[in-house]
Amino acid sequence: MDFLTLLQIFDSSVRLATPLLFACLAGLFSERAGIFDIGLEGKMLAAAFFSAAFAAISGSVWVGLLAGIGASLALSLVHGLASITFRGNQLISGVAINFLAAGLTVLIAQSWFQQGGRTPSLSGNARFNEITLPFADAVRDIPYFGPIYADLISGHSILVYVAFLTVPLTWYLLFRTRFGLRLRAVGENPAAVDTAGISVLRLRYSAVAICGVLCGLSGAYLATGLQALFVKDMSSGRGFIALAALIFAKWRPWYALWACLLFGFLQALSLRPDAVEAVTQVKVPGQLLDALPYILTVVILAGFVGKAIPPRAGGEPYVKER
Amino acid sequence: MSDGATTGGAASVAPAIELKGISKAFGPVQANKDISIRVMPGTIHGIIGENGAGKSTLMSILYGFYKADAGDIFISGNRTEIPDSQAAIAAGIGMVFQHFKLVENFTVLENVVLGAEDGARLTPSLAKARQLLTELAEEYQLNVDPDATIEELSVGYQQRVEILKALYRKADILILDEPTGVLTPSEADHLFRILKGLRDEGKTIILITHKLREIMDVTDTVSVMRRGEMTATVKTSETNPSELAEMMVGRKVLLRVDKEPAQPKGNVLEVENLSVVDEDGVQRLKNISLNVRAGEIVGIAGVAGNGQSELLEVLGGYRSATGRILLNGEEIDLTGARSDGQTRRARGIAHVPEDRHKEGLILDFFAWENMVFGYHHAPEFQKNPRFMSNAAIKADCEAKMERFDVRPPIPSLAAKNFSGGNQQKIVLAREIERDPDLLLVGQPTRGVDIGAIEFIHQQIVALRDKGKAILLVSVELDEILSLADRIAVMFDGQIMGERLASETNEQELGLLMAGVTQGAA
Amino acid sequence: MDVIPKWADAILIPLISIILAFIISALVILAIGEDPINALQLMVQGTFGNSAGIGFMLFYATNFIFTGLAVAIAFHARLFNIGGEGQAMLGGLGVAFVCLAVPWPHWTIALPFALIGGALFGAGWALIPAWLQAKRGSHIVITTIMFNFIASALLVYLLVEVLKPAGSMDPATPRFPEGAHLPRMSDILGAVGIPFSDAAPVNVSFFIALLACYLFWLLVWRTRLGYEIRAYGQSESAARYAGISPTKIILIAMVISGALAGCMAINNVMAAERLVLNSVEGAGFIGIAVALMGRSHPVGVLLASLLFGFLVQGGAEIDFWTNIPRELIVVVQALVILFTGALDNMVRVPLAKVFLMFRKREA
Repeated sequence: MDFLTLLQIFDSSVRLATPLLFACLAGLFSERAGIFDIGLEGKMLAAAFFSAAFAAISGSVWVGLLAGIGASLALSLVHGLASITFRGNQLISGVAINFLAAGLTVLIAQSWFQQGGRTPSLSGNARFNEITLPFADAVRDIPYFGPIYADLISGHSILVYVAFLTVPLTWYLLFRTRFGLRLRAVGENPAAVDTAGISVLRLRYSAVAICGVLCGLSGAYLATGLQALFVKDMSSGRGFIALAALIFAKWRPWYALWACLLFGFLQALSLRPDAVEAVTQVKVPGQLLDALPYILTVVILAGFVGKAIPPRAGGEPYVKER
Repeated sequence: MSDGATTGGAASVAPAIELKGISKAFGPVQANKDISIRVMPGTIHGIIGENGAGKSTLMSILYGFYKADAGDIFISGNRTEIPDSQAAIAAGIGMVFQHFKLVENFTVLENVVLGAEDGARLTPSLAKARQLLTELAEEYQLNVDPDATIEELSVGYQQRVEILKALYRKADILILDEPTGVLTPSEADHLFRILKGLRDEGKTIILITHKLREIMDVTDTVSVMRRGEMTATVKTSETNPSELAEMMVGRKVLLRVDKEPAQPKGNVLEVENLSVVDEDGVQRLKNISLNVRAGEIVGIAGVAGNGQSELLEVLGGYRSATGRILLNGEEIDLTGARSDGQTRRARGIAHVPEDRHKEGLILDFFAWENMVFGYHHAPEFQKNPRFMSNAAIKADCEAKMERFDVRPPIPSLAAKNFSGGNQQKIVLAREIERDPDLLLVGQPTRGVDIGAIEFIHQQIVALRDKGKAILLVSVELDEILSLADRIAVMFDGQIMGERLASETNEQELGLLMAGVTQGAA
Repeated sequence: MDVIPKWADAILIPLISIILAFIISALVILAIGEDPINALQLMVQGTFGNSAGIGFMLFYATNFIFTGLAVAIAFHARLFNIGGEGQAMLGGLGVAFVCLAVPWPHWTIALPFALIGGALFGAGWALIPAWLQAKRGSHIVITTIMFNFIASALLVYLLVEVLKPAGSMDPATPRFPEGAHLPRMSDILGAVGIPFSDAAPVNVSFFIALLACYLFWLLVWRTRLGYEIRAYGQSESAARYAGISPTKIILIAMVISGALAGCMAINNVMAAERLVLNSVEGAGFIGIAVALMGRSHPVGVLLASLLFGFLVQGGAEIDFWTNIPRELIVVVQALVILFTGALDNMVRVPLAKVFLMFRKREA
């Protein structure tokens, strides 16, 4: 495999890692606060639809982005209601949210656009376009560094850079602020937070809300950055892969970055059967490549994670002890 | 003894805390009924009562954890609303719960700062807290490494962190809920010295306990609670343990178990060089050797968490170990397919586990389903090779409920709907009525009312007198001393020594529990 | 003491939850500019207006009974099997292999073998996540979801590259031999003189599903294994104490679960007389809603399956006659899961207060 092919695969890895990274960090906030969220998928899907729909209607991708985040937040609120206020089963709530998004997006898409559950294609200002970083053209001819800078680092949509910036931001928020200390505490031992005079409810709702915003960004990127329209079920398991990445990353922001890049790379490979075949010298069925990210998710969950210790209060509704 | 002078002649001083007419119900259960109490500043005020008397509920109301249905709270003479813990902290109240409210993988410093940070950025908050913590630790002799994580600390030190947390929040009133349950006698004494020191600095301390000795040792005033009501408040110097016990229970109680001297026969259980390493790689049992003979009760004394639970789990067949265990002279498998609980039961080992809610019972199962739990493979409960006989199980349950006076005697009631004492009777009936050669009993009377305690103790002694071997684990030294014939003391996964119950006393056992062997040095 | 009486816990709470789910669904229909009353009328007419509609309803219900029981048995062991979809796909594969393997002389001989084939394949597909959960601690919710995606890729590969008859453009197996064709309800009822539409695919599998309900009840509440599964589901620590092996329970419960999901294939594959792509059509997921609504009890599962059978059949009708796509059923399914599963306390707590009020008044 030549350098350019590799660069192309890396470039597409970065793009494919972006929605995973947003969703993974979204899950990180939620789960660090003790709320399991297998509804990342649904929130992504809802955000993808609403961002594409509003971008199509208004012609502005920013309006779309806001709508996407709003939709995702609304579903977060439902999850919060079920798992925080009403102390329900967080897994079941997540599953419900996934189906809710899957159904509603098609229902509304059909009602609004009558195109069989999809939105019109987006173009111009209705989607996120690629940004060329300064000097990208100037340095392009420098061997190795040039193409890496011009093709791999430059030339992505704004949301890709936002996603990568969210990693240090998350780290700082979690480990260097009062909010982060309390957030981590509420995921480990909510009773400690409660007896210290802090509202468990408010903290957990804030975490769930941040999770909603990040899932919104993830979905919006999917429909207005990575692609230029919404189609039925377009999140195709990315929310679950992000969850696997979160476990693989042991609920840490920097590890999450590497885990998502790894999964992004796997997805990029499945798009390039020619490159895979060139390296392995075997004809690989397309379906196997499609299934590869899912298979490797299972392998990673089974093998390398080993003793990843989730936040101790995760999944358990907080009930004051008698 | 404390001088008690601080309580005298203080009529002109407003009470640090005054509660008037506090009531609280949980669903149909009335936990507190019209409770009034005055706690004078600069005193140690004990609140004593049985499990479920409503002590913890009352204090949780004071700390804003629950909202009272009726009643008023006065702090230093001012009526104060305490809707949440934040308000309690603001009113100068600090609380050390029975189960510590600490974040295990946080450092001491982070735990102390949590909720009392200085600003949005963490680093300056932590720096300032470190300074203040050092000063507090010095002032009250509460030294703890601020950078140690909680999971690295012993329970005694974790408790100090809880006290520091309260002091850091400038608490004037400190409530401690059953603080000695997890401490060795010497650690408890140290705690009491700290509490007296705090009192002498002018702090007000409320000590909740069910142990009469602690009340007598450390308090200035004592209030007694029974079934959600406050029955009396007296000066400690003007009362005595048996009077308090009577007020707690409402009638005269036997503090000792009536039993004949044991007449032990041959060995039923022999344990040789038993060692256990747990999932985290920590060695929980270190080369334990021990025997229990037919017709005797061997008590294992020790502070909770020194390997007693692991010993019971190994013997009960749900924790693997190395070493040798012999039952009636025959070796028992410690690993492999025949090391399981079912096989143990078939060989004649019955087990009343330490925690009936987590292990002994399935709370949502009916009483009759619980009455065969662990013995559901026994032939008498089967209709045919495929199906269980629910009719036979229900009949069996009814009979056992009657023999053990379980109330209400309704097999089709879910286990969670019985009181603690009756739940324990269900477990005991199930295990004792199998007529085992060896009975393992953990904390037989934890969370059980005094009436049921007597009954349970009698049943255990009766089984002994039938010539069975009994291994008793309890963190209540009183219970061990009154029930056991022979006592082994565990500390840090080892057996520190063995004594005959008739030839030892609390002081000697207390030293062994703290890991001090006499004459060893 | 329990404040809510048993009957209310079993009937009233699910009923209120479902009504809430329906009310919100109606609001959704209103919001997209359609008439919910009209939609309901169409659904009722399209289902109960003729025997074909009823036949379709029962056909779908048969699927949901199998997948609902599959989710329910896992729930009893406190395992959340979201992989019913994939297990049912694999079950279809197993049934197809059996049906194509031998020129079956008569369906009565083919059916038991098809059941075994479907059960084995479904169970096998559930066994891997179960083993990973029991031995490696891999989160079964995520692994079963992943196995749904993998199953779907596997099925596409096999149908497109391996099982498709030469020269066919259609990704499907060849038709099953005559002797593997199951009698339809019209044949069965026709034999006793009751006319029933032969357009509806409902077939003898419906009775197998009813039998499965009964066997499920026997297993869970009358056998030692069922007792152990329930005990483990209620409290893992207590199960360990009682000498019940968690590994064994996880594996067995998931194998039974996968087998039940796989058995669904006698209805959607064997009775369809060939295996096509996407033959499961989300039935595995609807099983989650059915199990939750049915409180993991076979009678509840049966009733919930009939309700969902009606919803799916009615959904197809309104998809045809109005601008409401059949994905409406996914929304209803989501709301049922949400209200009966996650928002249980929203209904339960106020209801408990009502009962407490009555009890106090009586006292």
